[in-house]
Amino acid sequence: MLELKHIHKYYNPGTVNEMCLFRDFNFRVEDGEFVSVVGSNGSGKTSMLNIICGSIAADSGQILMNGRDITNLSEYRRLSKIGRVFQNPSMGTCPSMTIMENLSLAENKGKSYNLGRCVNKKRRETYQDMLRPLNLGLEDKLDVKVGALSGGQRQAMALLMSTMTPIEFLILDEHTAALDPKTAEINMQLTEQIVRQKKLTSIMVTHNLRYALEYGNRIIMMHQGKIILDKKGKEKEDLHVDEVLGLFNEISIECGN
Amino acid sequence: MVLFISVLEQGMIYAIMALGVYITYKILDFPDLTVDGSFPMGAAITAVMISRGINPLLTLPVCFLAGAAVGMLTGLIHVKLKVRDLLSGIIMMTALYTVNLRIAGRANLPIYNKTTIFDNDFINGMLNGIADYRTILIIFTITIISKYLLDWYLGTKSGMLLRAVGDNDRIITSLSVDKGLVKIVGLAIANGLVALSGCIFAQQQRYFDVSMGTGTVVIGLASVIIGTSLFKKITVLRVTSSVVIGSVLYKGCVALAISLGFESTDLKMITAALFLAILVLGMERKRRVKVDA
Repeated sequence: MLELKHIHKYYNPGTVNEMCLFRDFNFRVEDGEFVSVVGSNGSGKTSMLNIICGSIAADSGQILMNGRDITNLSEYRRLSKIGRVFQNPSMGTCPSMTIMENLSLAENKGKSYNLGRCVNKKRRETYQDMLRPLNLGLEDKLDVKVGALSGGQRQAMALLMSTMTPIEFLILDEHTAALDPKTAEINMQLTEQIVRQKKLTSIMVTHNLRYALEYGNRIIMMHQGKIILDKKGKEKEDLHVDEVLGLFNEISIECGN
Repeated sequence: MVLFISVLEQGMIYAIMALGVYITYKILDFPDLTVDGSFPMGAAITAVMISRGINPLLTLPVCFLAGAAVGMLTGLIHVKLKVRDLLSGIIMMTALYTVNLRIAGRANLPIYNKTTIFDNDFINGMLNGIADYRTILIIFTITIISKYLLDWYLGTKSGMLLRAVGDNDRIITSLSVDKGLVKIVGLAIANGLVALSGCIFAQQQRYFDVSMGTGTVVIGLASVIIGTSLFKKITVLRVTSSVVIGSVLYKGCVALAISLGFESTDLKMITAALFLAILVLGMERKRRVKVDA
């Protein structure tokens, strides 16, 4: 369970550009929920993820993970239970290291990074079996540097790497936005499969309304730091793209664009 | 032949320092100027220990540890006090000048006719017949051992983190590891190697001079850039080996310039000019086609 309680967040406080993003923002994700988050630019989606992960600090309020207060926990400590995939495929992998090295590094998350050898040649086949179902040809490229892969291949790697070890939460920050439609589809299916298999509680920010409705069991729409739509379960299944789009247009017109 | 041996000797000694610079500059992407202070610090500690008659073999681990401590301080200044990387190095370099003077007690400390790693009863007895090659053999051994130890370390889990932090430090955070700590470890190992290099240099030259560190980082950078850009295509060669060869080549270039009639007072100018030439020539020309999107 993840919970944001009474979050306040100001940008550029004390200047003429002061902007209040969150004023008493509350959000709760139950175990096993897969929440799709939609909303216009600047609505606070990514800020919300950053506050959850600890990349930025909230000005006030409380963040709870499984009931434990993690408000003052540093980002790297929080991420021991959280996997995160970014919009930019190169943020989730090490470009100058091979696929084998990247996977070995990721597999050790949560254990000590000591003076033992990192790459275990015996794991080769396991990694190949893991990569084969993706149909991206990665299983034959274990010794290729990740920097030489395409964005879609790298994003699939990033997704695998962030979920290789036992984690509880998965944070997806527009992780298919930089990919072509076909690769995006592959990555979405992979996401769905991993989330279901590992029973991860997930939050996915996306601009693709179809993905938001098709995947996951809860949808929220954000606007100016507030949640203006929140449907789960049966209610969400009955929701139609046109309805969401209609609401989306309304808030956009309100803003004057 | 004598010139060749001397180039090889100096190149191999500086190669250990270049391995340290390789860690900071290439792996960590951290322009570490601490090197200009930690190199003579190794020399100062060595000169004092040797002049007191302490077993010269002890100077090696002591200098490495002292260098590591100094590197750690640079890291702490950068990570904990959030001072910019270049400035953290400059602060440490400046402070170390005084520290080195304090360690040695004066600006110049010769150690002629003392027992060193190159000149002791054991070595003289064992390598008696080949007195001319004694020094280079010992230097070669130490450099190669350092190189292989570094290779080994970079393949461990801890070493792999080090390689990852320069590549993409987000991933370190994602792996639930404190990226600041990884940087501090990297700086410690790098400066340990640099001080070790200074230690061997002092024993080969048989003196310590407080100004001997000036320009060390430039020599290190030049060696790394020569090595990595010349041997980029040869994948069999490990990067660390390229750096060692780069260091020898660099010393060769300097020796060549001097044999062409330049004086030793021109040395720093030659160093700077060579470094500029290497930087410009080493740049990739094909920047217009960007491979990674």
